[in-house]
Amino acid sequence: MADNKFAAYICSGCGIGDKLNVGALEKIATKEGKMAVVKSHPFLCSTEGVDLIKNDIANDGVTHVCIAACSRRAKAEAFTFPETAVSRANLREGVLWVVAEGADHDEVRQEMAEDYVRMGCAEVKKMMSPAGNPDKAQSKRIMVVGGGMSGMTAALAAADAGYEVVLVEKTGKLGGFANNMLKRVPFNAPHAEAQPTGVEELAAKVTGNAKIKLHLNSTLTETAGAPGRFVAKIAQESGAVAEETVGAIVQATGFTTYPLDKLPELGGGQANVVDQAGLEAMAKAANGGAIKRADGKEVKSVVFVQCAGQRGSGGNGDGSHLEYCSGHCCATSIKQATYFKDANPDVDTVVMYQDLRVPGMGEDFYRSAQKKGVIFTKAKVNKVAGGDACKVEFKDLILDEDTATDADLVVLATGQVPVSGVNLDEWTTTVTAAESGDEAAKEKKSALQKISVLNLNYRQGPDMPQFKYGFADSHFICFPYETRRTGIYAAGPTRRPMDMFQAQEDATGAAMKAIQAVENATRGRAAHPRAWDLSFPKARLEGCTQCKRCTVECPFGAIDEDEKRFPVFNEQRCRRCGTCMGACPVRVISFENYSCDTVGSQIKAVNIPDEFEEKPRILILACENDAYPALDMAGLQRLTYSAYVRAIPVRCLGSVNTIWITDALNSGYDGVMMMGCKKGDDYQCHFVKGSEMAYYRMSKIGDTLKQLGLEPERVQTQEVAITDNAKVAKLIDDYVAQLNEMGPSPMKGFG
Amino acid sequence: MSNANQQAVAKYKNNFLKEVEANVEEGHWVKMCMQCGVCAGSCPLGPHWEHSPQKIFMMIRAGKREEVLGSDSMWMCTSCYNCIVRCPRKLPITHIMHGLANYSHRLGLAPKGQPTREIAKLFWDNLVKTGRVNELKFSLAMYFKDGFGQGVKNAMAMQGIGLGLMKAGRLNPMEIFGGHVCKDKSGVQKMIAKAREIEDRRKSLA
Repeated sequence: MADNKFAAYICSGCGIGDKLNVGALEKIATKEGKMAVVKSHPFLCSTEGVDLIKNDIANDGVTHVCIAACSRRAKAEAFTFPETAVSRANLREGVLWVVAEGADHDEVRQEMAEDYVRMGCAEVKKMMSPAGNPDKAQSKRIMVVGGGMSGMTAALAAADAGYEVVLVEKTGKLGGFANNMLKRVPFNAPHAEAQPTGVEELAAKVTGNAKIKLHLNSTLTETAGAPGRFVAKIAQESGAVAEETVGAIVQATGFTTYPLDKLPELGGGQANVVDQAGLEAMAKAANGGAIKRADGKEVKSVVFVQCAGQRGSGGNGDGSHLEYCSGHCCATSIKQATYFKDANPDVDTVVMYQDLRVPGMGEDFYRSAQKKGVIFTKAKVNKVAGGDACKVEFKDLILDEDTATDADLVVLATGQVPVSGVNLDEWTTTVTAAESGDEAAKEKKSALQKISVLNLNYRQGPDMPQFKYGFADSHFICFPYETRRTGIYAAGPTRRPMDMFQAQEDATGAAMKAIQAVENATRGRAAHPRAWDLSFPKARLEGCTQCKRCTVECPFGAIDEDEKRFPVFNEQRCRRCGTCMGACPVRVISFENYSCDTVGSQIKAVNIPDEFEEKPRILILACENDAYPALDMAGLQRLTYSAYVRAIPVRCLGSVNTIWITDALNSGYDGVMMMGCKKGDDYQCHFVKGSEMAYYRMSKIGDTLKQLGLEPERVQTQEVAITDNAKVAKLIDDYVAQLNEMGPSPMKGFG
Repeated sequence: MSNANQQAVAKYKNNFLKEVEANVEEGHWVKMCMQCGVCAGSCPLGPHWEHSPQKIFMMIRAGKREEVLGSDSMWMCTSCYNCIVRCPRKLPITHIMHGLANYSHRLGLAPKGQPTREIAKLFWDNLVKTGRVNELKFSLAMYFKDGFGQGVKNAMAMQGIGLGLMKAGRLNPMEIFGGHVCKDKSGVQKMIAKAREIEDRRKSLA
């Protein structure tokens, strides 16, 4: 470490020089920060300013740079110096813009800036420039699991972008569900007529593409490895097992239909009551001609029952059946009604709906069907009796009356059930029971293994974690294709219910994510959301107590255990959130540029005034994804908040190690506030479980605080979204007021 | 049951929607309603009639022939055009309502004694006689439509306005004797009769 040379650069632009005493800040950096080089510049992010730093790095041997200027989120490109560790002291958004105007506040403003300079200098001393994962993965091939519309689209998208693709399909034919369909809902203007599915053309394209290697009649018996180096064992019908090395996986395993026999009240299982898939087969058999029933009779009247066994409204009214809307069924029924109308306009077609929902351009299709004479009746269907003249009993919701009608055929619009493999919660309990010798559990375990799609050999179980209703986990808005298994992306109805158009869009998106994943993995970098990050977790195993917390708490299943129960990091699977670092009770896990030390030294660098000065100090640990940007935005909008707080960005609240809290309280901080993303089912945490983990850990800290003689309220955890700029300012001020009432921390002066 | 009504019933049997599409002005729009209820919510007379346009359209699709044609709803329409302006599906609702009123009147199914219908009838009869509207006779016919006693009461209640109109020269009491007529009275009457004939033929009601 003898070669390290530390330098601090203080910018006096953007008004920093007018409000703050830059000379004093320079002195702090030199004397307290112990920086070898300290310079200030009136416009540090200008070419001239950046050249000043570059020159010092090139000619003066500077290896570590602390830049005291704007937020680390601003001017990131200008202040990136390869192979140089850089810390940022946030004087602009963090001090200048948020401390109230006026000479009254000059003193606290200057103190705040000085602390941030101290923190920046302390942090950079503990940092190293990340070198990237030396174990660079090699494979840029992409495996697509499932050969339906989604899978084929994903495979073609990746192949067209120049990547080799391995496509694994369970059956002997490409096309999946679309093979059984006559036509699809229109996806081109004018959105008036059902269009050909195009499944055969797509299958021919896939088969003829030299970059796509096909495995038909094949399933995955094992998937091992990590992004850039997955090894998949593909069992073929013959019993032979092929092995493929791939860089990323797109799971497009689609859906199955909700079983009709679960809907006896709607005539499920009875003659002349079919589901949409059943009707599709009848229409395909008729091929544009008159649609005939199983008994050969031509259908003259048909009733479509929407939301059958869906939206908790399967007729039982007790929330049984599927709780969700499958999204495509309204448009599908409209399409199927036009099959009848196109063949014979005199066929009575009635669609009974409670809420007709046609996303996308479906309204045009709806209108087109109305023009053809399809009748739409807002009704709740109570009972369907099959037979020669199926009796449909329903309540007309517009005319508010119970009535009934007869039809030759009844079509139930049942929902999509995802094919997403094994439920990991079920898996974990089964495995635990099986390990304790339970025979039934052992049988169940092998049954579960049979339904598994990926058969991952991860310690967390054979498939990706499921979200609500068995769909593959994904964040609907922020990162739809990401799952909690890095490098494995879900696409199509396995991710959420959807129609063919959406599934194809989805598949393209997932293919693009897979490409990003292999590119990042082969460059030794992290995948989403820290896609540029070269750092990776390192564990000092000699200090490890084999407590397994890191392996259990890692949201991405990145950490395995060796036979001695030491953690084994699969760096390519790691998203760099630091949840393992926050979990580790003996603090042996760290990143080159982010560790217990880099944050701990910042906490300790703050100058804590004694209790008689009546200047409390509050530590804010803010999630860099949402909360810290919100703080910056508060500054951008010139919302003021207390100058007694000192904010440190963290990668995720999950990375917060309790040592930071105890360190802060021991050194005399009056309170610690953590700001992270929303947790729970509608989470906004970029690492899915990080903020939840932080809440859980902090819920346990109260007793420790009481033992120290501190009020539990001195540590707070708050949910902050990226748009909450006004809220953060208020949260801070309210908290400062609350702490003022509580009085100064009794720990002051002992730290 | 009128002859025209019997014919219509026989022709369309249970398919009332088809009957409406064929015979009612703008009737082919009925199937395009998406049951959003904006018309019902927009109608200023909403609380005062039996069925909103939304319900009328649903009833047509449900085949409720007698109820629709016997409804007072279309007679209560004041042609404010709020529904037409607001309908997201661009249905000409006001026109459909008038079309339905006309159709039910022709079939003899319109509600008896419905005031709007009565006024319309009086107005029409008054007009076709001379080719001009005789306001005095029209008003008096209105007052006395529910009998002589009620007519006297109505006339007494309105006498102030009547006198005022007379003083201002807006109402000529001599109109009670014949009144003024248009130049070619019989020509107008022939014209109207011909128009009626053409329309009946078009609507197959002759």
